[in-house]
Amino acid sequence: MRTLAITLAALLAAGTAHAKTLAVGPGANAQERVQTALIDAKPGDVIELAAGRYEFTDGLSLDIDGVTVKGAGPGATILSFAGQKGAGEGLLVTSDRVTVRDFSLQDTKGDGIKAKGSDQISFLNLVVEWTGGPKETNGAYGVYPVSSTNVLIDKVTVRGASDAGIYVGQSKNIVVRNSTAEFNVAGIEIENSMNADVYDNVATRNAGGILVFDLPNLPQMGGHSTRIFRNRVVDNDTPNFAPKGNIVANVPTGTGVMLMANKNVHVFDNEIDGNASAAVILIAYSQTFDDKTYNPLPRDIVVRNNRLGRNAWAPAFTGGAILAKALGGTVPPVIWDGVVAWPGSEAVRVRLSDGPVVNLNLPKPGAMMEANPKISPTLGEAVIEEPKPVVLPSDQDKLIP
Amino acid sequence: MKRLAAILAAAVLLGATPQAPPVALDALLAETPAPTLDAYRLFVDAGARSPNGRVTPYGLNTPLFSDYAEKFRFVFLPPGKAAAYTAAGALDFPVGTTLVKTFAYPADFRRPGEKVRFLETRLLVRKADGWTALAYVWNDDQTVATLKRAGTRLDVSFIDAAGRARQVDYAVPNVNQCKDCHAVAGEIAPLGPKARNLNGAFAYASGPENQLARWSRMGMLTGVPNPTKAPRTAVWDDVVEPLAARADAYLDANCAHCHNARGMASNSGLFLEVEETRPAARGIGKRPVAAGRGSGGLEVSIAPGDPAASILLHRMRSDEPGVMMPELGRSLVHDEGVALIAQYIAGLEPAR
Repeated sequence: MRTLAITLAALLAAGTAHAKTLAVGPGANAQERVQTALIDAKPGDVIELAAGRYEFTDGLSLDIDGVTVKGAGPGATILSFAGQKGAGEGLLVTSDRVTVRDFSLQDTKGDGIKAKGSDQISFLNLVVEWTGGPKETNGAYGVYPVSSTNVLIDKVTVRGASDAGIYVGQSKNIVVRNSTAEFNVAGIEIENSMNADVYDNVATRNAGGILVFDLPNLPQMGGHSTRIFRNRVVDNDTPNFAPKGNIVANVPTGTGVMLMANKNVHVFDNEIDGNASAAVILIAYSQTFDDKTYNPLPRDIVVRNNRLGRNAWAPAFTGGAILAKALGGTVPPVIWDGVVAWPGSEAVRVRLSDGPVVNLNLPKPGAMMEANPKISPTLGEAVIEEPKPVVLPSDQDKLIP
Repeated sequence: MKRLAAILAAAVLLGATPQAPPVALDALLAETPAPTLDAYRLFVDAGARSPNGRVTPYGLNTPLFSDYAEKFRFVFLPPGKAAAYTAAGALDFPVGTTLVKTFAYPADFRRPGEKVRFLETRLLVRKADGWTALAYVWNDDQTVATLKRAGTRLDVSFIDAAGRARQVDYAVPNVNQCKDCHAVAGEIAPLGPKARNLNGAFAYASGPENQLARWSRMGMLTGVPNPTKAPRTAVWDDVVEPLAARADAYLDANCAHCHNARGMASNSGLFLEVEETRPAARGIGKRPVAAGRGSGGLEVSIAPGDPAASILLHRMRSDEPGVMMPELGRSLVHDEGVALIAQYIAGLEPAR
């Protein structure tokens, strides 16, 4: 049996020995040359995009497993989609074991880099940005893995996304680290996903810093098990510029961390400072929906050992000013809407050790007019086991940005 | 050589079909695609106006809108082989089957038979391990179509049916983009030739005949029920048909290739196949998930009774990348399609 394993390993090694580098440079007809490389690549190949500025008129796409797309560094290799005429994103990846790294990608008409249904997708050392600053007409997501497994986002900067800079949706086993999200509506968003570690990131100058959401009527629901730790979530002060209709349009400007629906989310050891609406908000999904399998309440939530600076001095959410007045002028930095009842829901447990905390005691999602706010130094003693660290496949975990 | 081709073409036009060599099945099934379309001998003339033997023209009750391009469709079935009938999804085609679709514009849509320019001919070839998608782009002389794997854009101008001059920045898809639409759970699959969409009359040289009946009679398709017993997609622009059936057919043909549970837009939760019946999945009162600026500031995909408040219609009305839907395959707004869906949404009972 061992012999077979060794033979297989040797075969695999031999396979990668044939891996080749496809070098592409900037200049005329970049669209066709880069896209041709993306089509011609074989598993194990590296597509190297030489330094320079590439002007694209259409989206690019990759559908070959095991390919690395590599630039000469962000700022050196620049993929510009300012002249884009079609496609919903700049680069679309639909294959497995793909790494995209070391370039800048700018001004896509829709999303920046999307990976759909990919296993072992890695985004390393990238800058994805809309160069005109925060605008409603910017694309929605900068880095956008969706319906994927084993997602690694490391040393990525996203600026200007009109929804979320770094957005992971309906995925499983996720690491987001060493990255920066600034001047987006949401900095980093984990949505309808299972097992995510979000750490050592900076989320600043967004409308909201880090969001963990669960939404109804989607193929993957019941998001759970996310750890948000050692991040700097500071000075999120860009007025929310999301187009209406999108869920992030409801994120109050000046939110540090927002947890909506979802289960078993642990927020710890973060620096959360300079967020005018709140440091941490726990809230139920309050819009109408038609989905009996969906639980709109956040539950099993732990907020502990965070360094809370000055937050919540000007809450921008509906009723915020009234609430501040009722509470004697200021709102505590940690806010929970306090909804604990939902048909079929398990018990709602929280351990909010950082504070002070205000529990709005809403009788049902969104019932702000029926708030009965109570302030306490901390709230909840529930012992909630922390999710185990996310473990990526070893080949992927070894990638260095 | 050119003269020979001209003579052959003339002979075809005269109806005196010479003994053309058969379709090159080996070339279709080869691992490396042919650099030019003529290598497959799907047509007997260089300009691909006249199909070879076993290459049968067909039409769809409701097709995808493609910037008003005319589409000439053919199916090639290998000798001795037939497709098997399936009530749902594409028919079950045997290895070697080739679906051929030429995109073309007449100079003036008021005279559709004259000065027809072919832009590209796309093939879907059924190989042993699945379908392969190829696009061949026609030269200006309309004599050679060359394989284009990375896609390209073509300038097209035409006079539309209302006499207006129109311009199209026509996009030939790259092979990945072919798959973006033609993917079912990550594998390439045909979209058009479903029994329900073929279940209508086609104007054959011998006269009009139901396509399912014809294919069955010609031994091209096995297991076909009487067409009146088979499912049937409505003709989207036949006003005699019920509005809801026409709208469902239109959304199925224009949206459901991505918007289904196994398609590229599966993560949206918006599913527009005719078989989908859950109101929220069909967009009724459904909020967007990843629409971004595509939402246009609107709250739901379909607001019953209120077309102007419906994201789905907003995105059909747009020609801006990042907003418009479908994302691929069009750059113009399909005014007639927009009118149909607007009328359909307006007629839906508003939620109480």
